[in-house]
Amino acid sequence: MEKNTQVTPAQSVGGQAINPQLAAPMEARGILTQFGDNIIHQNLNFKVTPNEIVGLVGGSGAGKSVLMNTLLGLKEPEGGTIRYFGKNRDDLNAEDRLAINNQMGVLFQGGALFSSMTVRENIMVPLREHTDLSQQLMCELADMKIHMVGLPAMAGALYPSDLSGGMKKRAGLARSLALDPQLLFLDEPTAGLDPVGANAFDELILGLRDALNLTVLMVTHDLDSLYAICDRVAVLVDKHIAIADKLDVVQNYDHPWVKEYFGGPRSRAAQSAGLS
Amino acid sequence: MNAMAGKSKCGSYELSQEGQALTVKAYGIWTLQTAAELDGKISNDVANKIYQHVDYDLCDVSKLDTAGAYLLARAIKLGTAPAHSWAVTKGNKGQKILMSAAAEATLGHEMRPPRPWFDVFARVGIATSRFWTELVETIAFLGKFFTVLFRCITQPHRMRWKAIVALVEKIGLDAVPIIMVLCFFIGAVIAYMGANLLASFGAGVFMVDLVGFSVIRELAPIITAILIAGRSDSAFTAQLGAMKMRQEIDAMTVIGLDTFEVLVVPRALAALIAMPILTFLGMISGILAGILVAAIVGSGLSPILFLTRLQDVVGLSHFWVGMVKTPFFAIIIAIIGCRQGLAVTGSVESLGSRTTTSVVQAIFAVITVDAIFAILFYQLGV
Repeated sequence: MEKNTQVTPAQSVGGQAINPQLAAPMEARGILTQFGDNIIHQNLNFKVTPNEIVGLVGGSGAGKSVLMNTLLGLKEPEGGTIRYFGKNRDDLNAEDRLAINNQMGVLFQGGALFSSMTVRENIMVPLREHTDLSQQLMCELADMKIHMVGLPAMAGALYPSDLSGGMKKRAGLARSLALDPQLLFLDEPTAGLDPVGANAFDELILGLRDALNLTVLMVTHDLDSLYAICDRVAVLVDKHIAIADKLDVVQNYDHPWVKEYFGGPRSRAAQSAGLS
Repeated sequence: MNAMAGKSKCGSYELSQEGQALTVKAYGIWTLQTAAELDGKISNDVANKIYQHVDYDLCDVSKLDTAGAYLLARAIKLGTAPAHSWAVTKGNKGQKILMSAAAEATLGHEMRPPRPWFDVFARVGIATSRFWTELVETIAFLGKFFTVLFRCITQPHRMRWKAIVALVEKIGLDAVPIIMVLCFFIGAVIAYMGANLLASFGAGVFMVDLVGFSVIRELAPIITAILIAGRSDSAFTAQLGAMKMRQEIDAMTVIGLDTFEVLVVPRALAALIAMPILTFLGMISGILAGILVAAIVGSGLSPILFLTRLQDVVGLSHFWVGMVKTPFFAIIIAIIGCRQGLAVTGSVESLGSRTTTSVVQAIFAVITVDAIFAILFYQLGV
């Protein structure tokens, strides 16, 4: 696996907007999340460094989705701070907040495509809202994104209801990449895909990371994905990120859930597949 | 944000040509933020040049993203003839990956043709043919409904009585207040108009004829039908449409349930039972309004006088003229609602448009059928 070899040159490319060398694209400190008396996260610390792919794992109900919503800004935490590119989210004015939001792309689990629009129009939505490009250029850029995520050209004119599950994910990814974000959130990107499709999707993420200088945070249950493309794995157990490190370090971490997760038969199979 | 500062120093480029090779030397910021300014420049400059190969020198580009790469890559395609090959001679790895992604995308697809001038006629044609297919399909649906209904009547155990009763409550009982209130108001309005107008001729007593004829023959049936079309027809479409979207209909078919038998027939029968009752209640309510207005306005018409005159002039045949239409309305409304619901495809959009179509078609059909009945009864002299 040649995971980290391209990190250094790619960093000096594009380098749009905020200086990525200086600050982490995203950092959470001391996050407290609770619903009523039910504490979901307590003193949660988590940091993503530029140009890496981080996998976030945790048992069902551990609060992965809540954490992702918190990091995205869809939910305000009850305590703690979240910093994007070194800036505290709470201190940002509306304009800066919007600019930061444009640096983040999200692929929701089901794709979350707008069902009343074609795939091309879906991808054009962020472009139309946040840039002053001509209609023709927006259209062509949308087609380019469609091409980049590996969809056939005719897919642009289709409606989300005409697409298969895998195509919907690709189309959702194309929309999340519309504004060339630096930070990409993926919620279970390979769930519901067949193994061939899931592998292709993993390859796609890896390729896009190198081409677009992306930092990727993916919530996943897919052990194959973890072994194949993640630079680091963060484990959400006991209401906080217990460990976030390279896979071989995480595997040997002394925690019953982690041991069970990585020691199970599925994990061993994925591991041997990932190494071969 | 540095991204915002990008607007001040936009990207630029120089073109130089040696034989069949064009060299594009780019400077500065080539990103989405500067794309609007850069759009079209390269395409114009290369439009009259003849070349086979494009070289890119990107070492002075400070920022490049997909949009910028796409604009640069246009040079490959938009010369007098598309270039056969291209290369990034100077630039780092990330830039090369971006350029190759962009080049594949530009080379891969043709620009969209503009709308032809006859587009408007084509749309009219499509709309017309769609009108006919809608009509034909609705009638076909009606036919299928009757065959299934016939099967259900001959084999009464197939009838879903529980569903029918529940639906009668929803369509009928729940709609009683609104229909009675509406018919009351309509009756009152007619009575007021009649009282004023006819009193000036000294013919105040004819107000009874006016209210009686209009409410019993036309207004109560049509108001009820339109209300049910708005209230229950849309509900049918939305229910069946949502079931279709969630593949419940498919599941039913696979399990071996007949969609018509389970969903359409009970709705149609429930409407068939509810509609005459609702219309009758509407009639009563309208007449009551007439009696009340007659008593209040004080044209000397006591309730007893009103009812006696009503009995004398408005015969029972007029009541039947009003009532005989209601089963037709009921079937029309239920069939259109169910058909549109089952025609919903996967998208949210189609659910919305089908519900709209359903209500519009139902009201349109109800009024058309009412007009046909009016002509028919006139010719028959009823």
